[in-house]
Amino acid sequence: MRSSASRFLLPVIAVLSLLACGGGESNVAQGNREGILHVGNGTEPQGLDPHVVTGIPESNIVRALFEGLAVKNPYTLESEPGVAQSWDISEDGLTITFHLNPEAKWSNGDLMTAQDYVWSWQRALNPAMGNQYAYMLYPVKNAEAFATGKLDDFAEVGVKALDKHTLQVKLNARTPYFIQLMDHHSAYAVHRPTIEKFGKSTDRFTRWTRAENIVGNGAFRLKEWLLNRRIVVEKSDTYWDRDKVKLNGIEFHPVENISSEERMFRVGQLHYSYSIPLDKIPVYRAMEDSPYVSAPYLGTYFYLLNTNKPPLDDVRVRQALSLAIDRKLLNDSVLHGTNVPAYSITPPGTLGYQPPIVFDYDVTRARQLLAEAGYPDGTGWPGLELIYNTSESHLKIAVALQQMWKDALNIDVTLANQEWKVYLDSVDQMNFQMARRGWIGDYVDPNNFLDLFLCNGGNNNTGFCDPVYDDMILQQAPQAKSREERYAIFKAAETRLMEQMPIIPIYTYTSNHLVHPSVRGKPSNLMDYVNYKYLSLDSDWQAEQ
Amino acid sequence: MGAEMITDIAQAEQGTSLWRDAWLRLRRNRMAVLGLAILSCFVIVAILTPWIAPYGYAQQELALGATPPSTTHWLGTDIYGRDLLTQIMYGGRISLAVGFIATSVALLIGITWGAVAGYAGGKVDAVMMRLVDILYALPFMIFIVLLMVVFGRNMLLLFLAIGAVEWLTMARIMRSQVQSLRQQEFVEAAISLGLSPATIIRRHLIPNALGPIIVYTTLTIPSVMLLEAFLSFLGLGVQPPQTSWGLLISYGAETMEEYPWLLIFPGLALVLTLFSLNFLGDGLRDALDVRGAKD
Amino acid sequence: MWRFIGFRVLQSIPVLLVVITVTFFLVRMAPGGPFSSEKAVIPEVKAALEAQYRLNLPMFEQYTAYLGDLAQGDLGPSFKYPGRSVNELIAAGFPVTAELGFYALLVAITIGGIAGVVASLRPNSAQDYIPMSVAMIGICVPSLLMGPILILIFGIYLEWLPVSGWGDMPGDKILPAITLGSTYAAYIARLGRAGMLEVMSQDYIRTARAKGLPEWQVVTRHALRGGMIPVVAFLGPAFAGLLSGSFVVETIFQIPGLGRIYVQAAFNRDYTVILGATVFLATLIVVFNLLSDILAAWMNPRLRSQYGGH
Repeated sequence: MRSSASRFLLPVIAVLSLLACGGGESNVAQGNREGILHVGNGTEPQGLDPHVVTGIPESNIVRALFEGLAVKNPYTLESEPGVAQSWDISEDGLTITFHLNPEAKWSNGDLMTAQDYVWSWQRALNPAMGNQYAYMLYPVKNAEAFATGKLDDFAEVGVKALDKHTLQVKLNARTPYFIQLMDHHSAYAVHRPTIEKFGKSTDRFTRWTRAENIVGNGAFRLKEWLLNRRIVVEKSDTYWDRDKVKLNGIEFHPVENISSEERMFRVGQLHYSYSIPLDKIPVYRAMEDSPYVSAPYLGTYFYLLNTNKPPLDDVRVRQALSLAIDRKLLNDSVLHGTNVPAYSITPPGTLGYQPPIVFDYDVTRARQLLAEAGYPDGTGWPGLELIYNTSESHLKIAVALQQMWKDALNIDVTLANQEWKVYLDSVDQMNFQMARRGWIGDYVDPNNFLDLFLCNGGNNNTGFCDPVYDDMILQQAPQAKSREERYAIFKAAETRLMEQMPIIPIYTYTSNHLVHPSVRGKPSNLMDYVNYKYLSLDSDWQAEQ
Repeated sequence: MGAEMITDIAQAEQGTSLWRDAWLRLRRNRMAVLGLAILSCFVIVAILTPWIAPYGYAQQELALGATPPSTTHWLGTDIYGRDLLTQIMYGGRISLAVGFIATSVALLIGITWGAVAGYAGGKVDAVMMRLVDILYALPFMIFIVLLMVVFGRNMLLLFLAIGAVEWLTMARIMRSQVQSLRQQEFVEAAISLGLSPATIIRRHLIPNALGPIIVYTTLTIPSVMLLEAFLSFLGLGVQPPQTSWGLLISYGAETMEEYPWLLIFPGLALVLTLFSLNFLGDGLRDALDVRGAKD
Repeated sequence: MWRFIGFRVLQSIPVLLVVITVTFFLVRMAPGGPFSSEKAVIPEVKAALEAQYRLNLPMFEQYTAYLGDLAQGDLGPSFKYPGRSVNELIAAGFPVTAELGFYALLVAITIGGIAGVVASLRPNSAQDYIPMSVAMIGICVPSLLMGPILILIFGIYLEWLPVSGWGDMPGDKILPAITLGSTYAAYIARLGRAGMLEVMSQDYIRTARAKGLPEWQVVTRHALRGGMIPVVAFLGPAFAGLLSGSFVVETIFQIPGLGRIYVQAAFNRDYTVILGATVFLATLIVVFNLLSDILAAWMNPRLRSQYGGH
């Protein structure tokens, strides 16, 4: 019996050693030679239809295949020409005229026209489309009424093709960030004949986005789309600015497991990772010529407090909980110093806006507030439950805070992790006392964070309602004459918000990636925004070192 | 050997000395005794943990962070600066409880179900086993999420959920054993003696099918402990700061390159338990097997 | 025998129907719908989405409509991945998972079978303890851990094998197969050893020995067949478990299989995909349990006569 076992094992070992001869060239080496970028891209994209998709992995790919009227410079985040070569804004800020680039073409060679935008925006706003980002176009006059079915005639919506290459957009109110929104996929133009070839314009599930069918207008075109495996795009020869595009192609790898992704990066299968496991950060940071790149990111991590449910209906309890958190210690310990402690909902430095700081870490004051609320040294504390969606980093933060509250205030907070959809349901129904939450800005403006907490804000989820606050955000701020005046109003509003403390801000996000040294033209920026046009691969990167 | 076999059977027929005899045989198996000793040790430590643990299980020292084993923390600390030895001791309470209770649930349902189906045969068997097929096929995760939402999270539910999943394979194995035993002479003899089916199943079929069942049980306990980790991760089961071996191992696996001790020590606890169970199981099987006693 | 198979096939129809019905209502009872997302969905958008996927109809109408489509072999469109049909997702994922499961089973049977049989020949000796301990590693070390450890050793430190992928690079199927197979190897080794010990003490083996057959012939010709019955009873559900349980391995190794699609669908509340995959897997489970029962009957001479009628 023993000899037959070894008779079996020998060929296995032989085969193993045969297959194991080096493994060949890595993706990175081959990519550097051929100008192909390999990107870790989180999950399998749900689709590639600009008016359907919602996530970051999707928008990363869609941005390669399509281009908006205006794009952003990755170094400054200022808008720069895309399909529109220029635009005029009227004196009152209510009318914007886009002048389309006559060179702009679809990937099948068709010319792009202003009419393409009128048709596409109608599709994006059509309630039957079910576009979850339709609200990105709401600054356009009557767009909201059309998208919510209150208006049937699209002719009344403020978008018009003046001629083949001139698009006129009328707005509800002065919207300083409107040009920025043109870079969002919800405002992209889509190719009408292609869509109509495969079904109704508002059908979500047609096959028009498949590699063999799709027509786009971006710097790249879709070459291959293998489910859960990879998405390959190649340089488009119809793109108006093709001379500026340096990459020959991009391969997007949908890697859900961040540990797997880190290992893939380590063996040279990826140029650029989607994220990095928290506990690997100190290791990478300690490296010489570290591939670890971290930068402030336009988002805030916070806890929602349900102000309708005791004990959180008492503002003193809310403040006590917030004041008892040593954000700096939290950040330096379990978060490995990757983030920035937050004391407000708006990230600091959002286009020059500095949020107010109305409180700080203060255990004595926290204990005093809790005593005033009727729970001296935690006596009589009715208990409090914190929910968070299943994830290792949420867990780590929650466990650390649980103990901080215990140590500082002598109160028990129980933790309950919930599966993602259960958690969403709980938050939506306000079926919680305290819930973990994060908000990433859609565009760079304090408004994007502050309008969360309007009385009827769909993402408010705290029960917080302050008519004065609403008035400041909805009426006063849009009428401000200057940026300074507008920011002053925002700052006053945010001070009101943080004094009422319907949320506990915890930290401001940073974007964290591993980037191979051969990658050029990928500066860090507040939106973690990549403009593929600027990217290139330096195959001689080793020679320089 | 033949002579021994005859005396064994004679003793088995007397019935009273069967268990004492099995115990004597088990005692002669050194590995099984070692396994029993280690398991007893773990169980005693688990029971005494609240009094003998060196630190409080939730006691953090965030600024300390993860440190390798030292004189103050014998097995090191985790990322919150909590003592790992304490974590393992408290985790053992939950893991051992889940392992033994959930496995007992599975064992009880699975053996009864499989034995009845295998003995009855025909339509009863068909209906019972098709029910098993249905339960195999239902999407387990959705089932867990629903349980959690409908009943809230508590440990009892966790035992039931795990038991409810693990009994299926047990039932299939039991049934196949009973089917093959049913045709043997001693069962036919029992039937002709007019014994009731319940008695036949209890007295003749189950004891004779014990070998594979004991073995499968020793396999089920570790898989139950790991399943518990998965369920806790999904939100059913233990919630932090409580912990279990399965959870400690899952988290340790994430950082095995940076903080290997966080994986090695909880892993060692699980492996020791498992090997002890394994050898004890084999010893028990041999000790109870009246025909196969070799020594 | 054919009558037995015929009966079982007939029995599987109500089984599948119950599975479909229970799953259909179960997934709809789970909190959070397919279109809930982190940013609140405005009611008009939600209504439009539900209308496009028939979710606005009364529950029972949705159910009958689904059964109608199913009868025509149409599993419907995916909710999460617009533009992909469930049939397409299964067709893309299943061959990969089946291949992975097959290799894993091969690994499991080889390691587990050899360890189990070798160990059973000399119980309670080194020849028993050593192979069993090796086989036991698979069950002590969950895939979640086994995968990364194998990757670190063979993929990163030794650089022998790729760390991820499926059919993209030579040798990228080896580590996933070992990872998935090792768990089952332990089961097979343990069950095989116990089954063999059981059989080796039976009269017909004693008879064979008494006839003076060499020990290896006693094992291979006589004992193996009966001794592997518990293993075979385990194999049916095991293979089904391999198919639905390969999620962890598929995620760790970036394998585009059905396990990932299935588990993601449960997380995403992608109703049609959950249902479609459940129906598909249920059919497979029924088939494999049937096959394993037939195999067990064939290996057990007494049972064979019961079904075969000779």
